[in-house]
This record gives sequence, structure tokens and C-alpha cells, in this order.
Amino acid sequence: MSSTETLDHAARSMALVDYRDAGALKSLPTRNGFGEGLIEAGTLNKDVLAICADLAESTRMDGFKKAHPAQYIEIGVAEQMLVAMAGGLAAVGKIPWIASYAMFNPGRSWEQVRTIMALNETNVKIAGAHAGVSVGPDGATHQAIEDIAIMRVIPHMTVVVPCDSVQTKKATLALTERFGPVYLRFARDKSPIVTTDATPFEVGKAQTFRAGNDVAIVACGILVYYALIAADELAREDGIDARVVNNHTIKPMDEASIVDAARACGAVVTVEEHQVHGGMGSAVAEALAAKAPVPVEFIGVQDLFGQSGDPIELIEYYGMGTAAIKDAARRAYARKRG
Amino acid sequence: MQTLTPERRKELELKANDVREGIIRSLLAACSGHSAGSLDMADIFTALYGFIMRHDPQQPDWPERDRLLLSCGHIAPVRYSAMANFGYFPVEELLTLRKFGSRLQGHPERLKLPGLETTSGPLGEGLAQGTGMALGAKLDHDDWRVYVVTSDGEHECGLHWEAVMTAAKFKLDNLTCIVDRNFIQIDGSTEDVMPLEPFADKYRAFNWEVFECDGNDIGQFIEVMERAKAVKGKPQVIVANTVPGKGVSFMEGDYTWHGKPPNKEQADVALRELEATRERILASV
Ligand SMILES: Cc1ncc(C[n+]2csc(CCOP(=O)(O)OP(=O)(O)O)c2C)c(N)n1
Ligand SMILES: [Mg+2]
Repeated sequence: MSSTETLDHAARSMALVDYRDAGALKSLPTRNGFGEGLIEAGTLNKDVLAICADLAESTRMDGFKKAHPAQYIEIGVAEQMLVAMAGGLAAVGKIPWIASYAMFNPGRSWEQVRTIMALNETNVKIAGAHAGVSVGPDGATHQAIEDIAIMRVIPHMTVVVPCDSVQTKKATLALTERFGPVYLRFARDKSPIVTTDATPFEVGKAQTFRAGNDVAIVACGILVYYALIAADELAREDGIDARVVNNHTIKPMDEASIVDAARACGAVVTVEEHQVHGGMGSAVAEALAAKAPVPVEFIGVQDLFGQSGDPIELIEYYGMGTAAIKDAARRAYARKRG
Repeated sequence: MQTLTPERRKELELKANDVREGIIRSLLAACSGHSAGSLDMADIFTALYGFIMRHDPQQPDWPERDRLLLSCGHIAPVRYSAMANFGYFPVEELLTLRKFGSRLQGHPERLKLPGLETTSGPLGEGLAQGTGMALGAKLDHDDWRVYVVTSDGEHECGLHWEAVMTAAKFKLDNLTCIVDRNFIQIDGSTEDVMPLEPFADKYRAFNWEVFECDGNDIGQFIEVMERAKAVKGKPQVIVANTVPGKGVSFMEGDYTWHGKPPNKEQADVALRELEATRERILASV
């Protein structure tokens, strides 16, 4: 539908696009934002390197390769090498961004990530491309839906999952500046851009994209847009006023904002393109169990593997679409009212 | 040792052409997938299913079968097309490639399709599993063999070389590694991305028996495979020199076809070329 009213104050203070107006929305893959941010980071600081494992175009490192050939390193299909070599480069003062599919880095390289990047605290930045089932036709072997879990469990790690390509660019720049091991996760398929250049972004600071006090929908990644649409429809269809929180930094998580939302709303739905076990929803549930126990419903993949298919088809099939989010919100809302 | 008669050779060449046709049709239907490597391995897969391997399409879990592992799972279309053309499932099913609910996943999944020995796609993992299977056969005194198809690009993976070392340690002469040496990978020529030469010498240094052949010549491939089977006390590698995109002129030798399907027009041209090839094979003596 095209909007007749203006967006609420939360959305306006975040300078969001009017996401209700399908005609006004532009879509781009989040990986494009990484590519743009990386080029800029390489211009700002010549110690920034991009190391690629035979996936320059897919990971969008190809732009950096053109812009900064002297700062670009190709090592072939060798993801463990990617992490270990980057650890060495970081040890001598470089800021290496390393990119592959999330399934292979950090998927294949996890122990190197834990020891060399985290335990040994080196300034290595991982870009995990093609995360989630929205990878599509490549199928389960290439759909990383466990990566948030295996990264957020590592001490000292920073884990960021931006909501659109504009935010991914900001996150790339911010994470380049932040010392220490970092994991940035993004997706393959194009997805609606809800933020603008004017939208603030700070690592570790969750963002309220829609005001509301009946139920809090805490989302990350490309499903933030789905959460906003679900919230809008819930208001019209059920009179349920949902708060939508973009919980882009899963580690260190903005517990204060999450606890605030839970206390104000009394019920929470978490939304992520990841297994329900161990991911962002689990991080939220851990925090709330300790500090503000309220009913929580989890949107994500329910302990299954992905499969080949069309991205949207898969998001729907695995219960992560707008209808599923609305149902979960209704359940959470009913549970809080007993 | 079997010998390849000229009639049999011609039959296999026609079959390889059918396999290529299946690859083009399935990739067109899928609108995504990997053309170059799939096409360049059509002759080898045809030789494996049509001449070399002990297998029974009616009985994919026959315990006495030879095991064929596709380590570089992205070229699944060639394996699927070969399986369909040798009776594992109807050829029409190739058109479900990469679609929701299909048994023909974008990368092969053993639990989805009978006749696959493992699940692959993440590169560099096939030879290690093949080493385990071949060692298992030795422990049980079984006489079936293990064939692992690998790409050149995946020779950049450390795990592959761990397997190369291990297979030599256990003298696994029932294990043959077939390398699709097409000199391409995603970001360009293998020698630019990560120099692999001297390729065959690496295997020699690891105590493997090395054979080289034209991987797009069925007769040559079968001949070296028969010699490989006769080797005692060592695993064998066949460095199969192939032309990426083989059989479709506008794809041949062009690395940008690594992970791209043909569109409708391109597929039409490709199918016409394959038809012409069929006529040529039929007319040959
Ligand atoms: C561990 C791993 N890393 C990255 C990839 C992505 N990938 C798929 S195919 C490929 C190229 C490898 O080269 P090769 O297998 O020789 O390709 P081909 O000859 O078929 O073009 C890469 C990097 C992967 N499948 N697995
Ligand atoms: Mg290759």
C-alpha cells in the first residue's frame, strides 16, 4: 500500500525510508554495501587489505581489487589460510578484511578464528557472504544458518548483521575502525533498503525502528524489513502495536535496549535468518531470562537444513516470512496476557 | 582388462553428447549453475558409468559397487545428467535441477538422491572421504574400487593434501583420483589465482602413481584408467587435461562460464552445436 500517514516518530528519528510504500523502496544485496564500504575503507587507510579466496565477485571484493590493486591479495580456495595469514598480516600492523561464503569462513576456518583471531586477539575482519537460506538454488551446502551461533560463542568477538546494503556499508567502515576480531554477516539476494545515509549507526547500539508497547519484535539482517511490514499489518489487522528493534550487533549486544523493550512490551519475538538455536534469538533469550523474563517466540530455521529453491520461497517455507512473524507476535501477545 | 572396440567407443561418444545435452537443458531450466566444469567432464563421467565402473542403476546401494565421489560438487549437472542417461532416474527429472523440492540439489546431497556416495560442494573434502572408503575396503578385503573426481581449483585446499599423504601411507591401490585439469577457477586462470604447476610432480613427490591424458578423449581416458587399475601398492591420480566448456564453442576456454548457465538463446545455439556433433559422430567410422 502507499502510505497516507507519515511514519511514526521512531522511524522518523531513524531517518528511515517509508518502507510501507513499495514503490519508494529500492532493493540491493547487502553484499553491495560491503563492497562500497570496503573501497572507502581502503582509501581512508592504506593499511586496510582485502584478502580473497576465489570469490571476488560474489563477495563484492572485485571493486576493491580495481580501486586498490596494491592492497588486494588473492589466495585461492583456502579458507583456513585466509584466517591464519590474515592473523600474520594483522600482527605486523595491517587491517585485513577476509571474505568468502559464511559457510566456509568462518564455517571451515572456525578453530583458526577462535585461536588466531580471538584468543590471540588480532585485528582481522571477516566478511561472511551468502549467509542464510536466501542464498537460494545453491542449496544446503552453501546456506550458512549456524554462523551467528559459532561466532557469538567466541570471547572477544564482535558480531554484526546489518539490515540492508546502506547499513552494511556503514558497518564495514565502523568495523574497520574498531580494533579486534570482527564478524560481519551479509546476504546474497537483493533486499529492500529501509535505512538512509542519515540513519545513525553505532556498533553495539540497537535501534528502535518502530515504536509500540504491545510486543517487541527484535530482528536482524534482511528480515528487519519483514518485521516492519509484519508490525504494520498487525496494527491494522489486530490493533497490536509492535515495537521493532533492529538488533544489528549480536555481540556485544545492546542488552539495555533489549531489556527496555521487553519491560515496556512484556512479550518478545526474535527474527533472524539463522537456526533458532544459538543465534540472535538465543542471545536475546539469555539476556531476558537473567534480567527481564517475558514470553519469547523465535522466528528462524527450526533445527533443519536448507535446500535449493527461490530465496523468497525458502524464507516462507522455513517460517520466516511476514505471516509467520505476525503469528509469532500474536502468540507472544496472547501468552503475556495469560 | 577390458578393451574398447571402435563400436563401443562410438556408442560412448554419442552418450557423452547426450550427457552434454542434459547438462545444457537442466542448466537452462535452473537459471543458475555451473556450465564450464560440467561440460568438460562429460566424457569422463560417461566413461565411468558406461565402461569403467562396476555399478547397477537398479541397485544403487549394491554393496559390491565401485564408489564414485564427486568432490567438486558444483559440477553436479554432469553427474546428474550421466546418472539419468545411464538409467538411475528419468531424464526429464533433470529439468528440476536446483528447484524447490527437487532431488537434484544445487550441490549433490546423498540423502536426497540414491546413487550419490556423499554430499559435496564445499571443496577439497572428497579425497579424504574416498581415502576412508578405500581403507575400509582394504580392512574388509573387499575388491570394489573408489574413484574420486576432483577439480584443479580444489587442490588449493589443505585437506586435499592431507588425504593425498594419507592414501599413500596406506598404499591404497584401490583408490583413483581423477583431476579435472581445466586450468580455470572462479577468479580466473588457476595459475594466476594460485599457481598449481608443476601439478603432476606434486603427486609424484607424495608417492602416487601419476597418469596424464586428454580428458576429452574417451579412448585415451579409458586406456589410462585400465593401467591405473593394474597399479599395485600405490594410489593413482589421473591428471585429465580438459577444455572448460567442452562441446559448446562459445564457452570453450572461457573461465567466466564457471558458474553461469546459458540463457535461452545461448542454450539453443549450444543444443544445435551438440546436434551437429552427434551427426559427425554417427558419420564417423
Ligand atoms: C571450501 C569452498 N570454498 C569456496 C567455494 C566456492 N567455489 C565454488 S567452485 C570454486 C572454484 C574452484 O575452482 P574449480 O573447482 O577448478 O572450478 P571449475 O574448474 O569448475 O570452474 C569456488 C571457489 C567452495 N565451493 N568451497
Ligand atoms: Mg578448474
